[in-house]
Amino acid sequence: MIDIDKPSPPARGMPAPPREFLTFTLAGEEYGIDILKVQEIRGYDAVTRIPNAPDFVRGVINLRGTIVPVVDLRTKFRLPDARYDEFTAMIVVNAARRVVGVVVDGVCDVAPLARDEIHIAPEFGGAIDGRFLTGIGTRDGRMLILLDIEGLLGSTEFGLTATYGADAPINQESPTCHASP
Amino acid sequence: MAAIDLAQFQATFFAESREGLDAMEAGLLALESGAANAETINTVFRAAHSMKGGAATFGFTAITDTTHLAETLLDQLRAGRRAADAAFVDALLATVDALRAMLDAAERGLDAPAGIVRATCSRLDGLLGAASAPAASAAAAPPTGGWRIHFRPRPGLYASGNDPSRLLRELDALGRARVTCDLADLPPLSALDPVEARLAWRIDLEGDIPRDAVDGVFAWVDTECDLDIAPLPAIATPAAAPPADAPETRAAGSGAIEPGEHAETSMRVAVPKIDALINLVGELVINQASLKQRASLLDAAAAESLGACLDEIERNTRDLQEAVMAVRMVPVEALFSRFPRLVRDLAARLSKKVQLQTSGEGTELDKGVIERIVDPLVHLVRNALDHGLEPPEDRLRAGKPAAGTISLSASHQGGSIVIEVTDDGRGIDRARLVAKAAERGIAVDPGASDAEIWQLVFHPGLSTAGAITDISGRGVGMDVVRRNILALGGEVAIASEPGAGTRVTVRLPLTLAILDGMSVAVDGETYVLPLGYVVESLQVRPADVNLVAARHRVLRVRGEYLPLLAMRELFGSPGAAGAQRQPVAVVVESDGRKLALEIDELVGQQQVVVKSIESNYRRVDGVSGATILGDGRVALIVDVGGLARRYARVA
Repeated sequence: MIDIDKPSPPARGMPAPPREFLTFTLAGEEYGIDILKVQEIRGYDAVTRIPNAPDFVRGVINLRGTIVPVVDLRTKFRLPDARYDEFTAMIVVNAARRVVGVVVDGVCDVAPLARDEIHIAPEFGGAIDGRFLTGIGTRDGRMLILLDIEGLLGSTEFGLTATYGADAPINQESPTCHASP
Repeated sequence: MAAIDLAQFQATFFAESREGLDAMEAGLLALESGAANAETINTVFRAAHSMKGGAATFGFTAITDTTHLAETLLDQLRAGRRAADAAFVDALLATVDALRAMLDAAERGLDAPAGIVRATCSRLDGLLGAASAPAASAAAAPPTGGWRIHFRPRPGLYASGNDPSRLLRELDALGRARVTCDLADLPPLSALDPVEARLAWRIDLEGDIPRDAVDGVFAWVDTECDLDIAPLPAIATPAAAPPADAPETRAAGSGAIEPGEHAETSMRVAVPKIDALINLVGELVINQASLKQRASLLDAAAAESLGACLDEIERNTRDLQEAVMAVRMVPVEALFSRFPRLVRDLAARLSKKVQLQTSGEGTELDKGVIERIVDPLVHLVRNALDHGLEPPEDRLRAGKPAAGTISLSASHQGGSIVIEVTDDGRGIDRARLVAKAAERGIAVDPGASDAEIWQLVFHPGLSTAGAITDISGRGVGMDVVRRNILALGGEVAIASEPGAGTRVTVRLPLTLAILDGMSVAVDGETYVLPLGYVVESLQVRPADVNLVAARHRVLRVRGEYLPLLAMRELFGSPGAAGAQRQPVAVVVESDGRKLALEIDELVGQQQVVVKSIESNYRRVDGVSGATILGDGRVALIVDVGGLARRYARVA
């Protein structure tokens, strides 16, 4: 596994090997995630809704026998016009010890970025927490927002990894004694 | 390559050693309780011996040294030079624990915990030293008890002018001789040469007889026979070991077959292999369901020709699935076997006298369920011993036998397995429990039934309170126990009688992997209700629906009023407002609580393969898992037990 924040020092006299990012679009902006986290890319399929889930959790799908949750980054980042059409793509990501389908507007390319092409991201103060940005890359003069998908999916606020028991019904339950009519 | 192979062998060594330690433990406990025979000692000895060999091969010297000492002790026991007294059993049980720790360390590539090794070895050394001193002085003097002699003449014995019957008479003159004749080598009459000695004998010679005297009897024949003289095993008292055990004598003759080892007809298979098999069969079931669904869309003629074939496939798939699931089923004995030790140690620590009774060990349960029920069950047994049973004095005062009884039983009931932990202790003190609940600010209806009051034990705010149970700090979280059991799709209930005892009943599904489900449609989505909970389904007539407190709906079913929950609202469906014109209600029951679930329509019944949502997502309220339908879509399985606990009243 490649540690994003602490690049290993390059061998002497050799430029650091470029890292590869899968790029995709969300509401016209171009984003990138570490290609090593990507398991596969699929079209958007019908999902089975999960009751009382956050709105960005579209539901679950059957990925060759495994139940995989599907999240929509457009809804998560409060981006307008989350449409589902033939261009809508789902990137199946293997991160934070989970397999998760990530819905995006479209998948573009695989972009190799040298270390010096990745810059520290400014604080957006918006929907995307700065913690979940690896940096900003430049690609053919266009800006590429690099997401730390591992950190994002693993974060508690994302709600995929709520610890068992924290919200189990048993704790909300009042003792049965008073229920006697 | 060599390194990989070694790791594989090591894994086998660890697995076998753990099994060996379990066998040692069981054998030692049997020795202590007097339920042992000579074979028990042999089993314990063999376990120690093979572990020693394996450990030496891999260079785990701490294990080798420790097992060597234990083996020496056991050998003395086997030879009758030592009695299986409390100190002996205690020391060896402690050794078993220490060996487990050493195995764990070795498995993780660590050095053996030096402190434990030293303590164990010195304890065993101490025992050996204590015994060897008297043993040394006893070498000249004969041990009391007697000798077991295996006397197998060579065919040419008569030619040297010896007569076995004379030897036997001489032995009988020394003490009480019990002679068993071994006919194993006797050829058929047609092949018998009368001048060849073909009989062999085992002589148990009882009495205070010097070894020299015995040797003297055989002095003239010892080159003409195979002779084996050993002290009589100490526990082989005349009553316990009638000499007519022919297999043993024969085994002594042939020397190859170890008694008790031939019955092994099982093989060890790695769990991932079985899981892969189960997954594949699960996929097959889905494919089969999908095929069936496609066929139903065909026109009648084509469907008919396919029908018989599909039925066949369905039956075979189901049989295959059952067979594969059966591979995972193991007897609960594997679970119960750890309790004698636990109870023994805990009883000693608490100075209580306890008898553990187990029944239904042969009942089979999914290995996955067994692994996950261990901890809750340990908690329950510990609670029964700690809080349930009174100290011996109190018991005598209450007119009960000083030794309490804890029984563990397992049985099949319908599609589930029921495990009961019963003690004959003091029972739960209702008044104190209620007082405690009030103290913690938990509302309690004073008129509540006992069953409802006992449920308080599982309340998270109460169960960890040591004060209910007198032994503070030991109050095991009963809420955790219940949560673990619920997570397995099981249920737990308590019954208690003051002064007579407490019974905790745990009901578990036989397997976690498949269930019979009723699929229902709600707002375009398909959900699966586990069939075990479903009582009936009926059309909801508006006249039967009443409002309580202007918002809770109740449904009247044959004079009974049940809470009516709309699944649309419960699961927050987007189309919640547009209620179905002719909804259907499914009455479900869990743990004695009934509830009516309002759905759009019934879809059908089918067996479904349970998949986890939690492995990639998280626990979802009201949902116990997911499954894959014939068309490849995911359907959620409704957590009926959880809903009933939250919304239903006790029927």
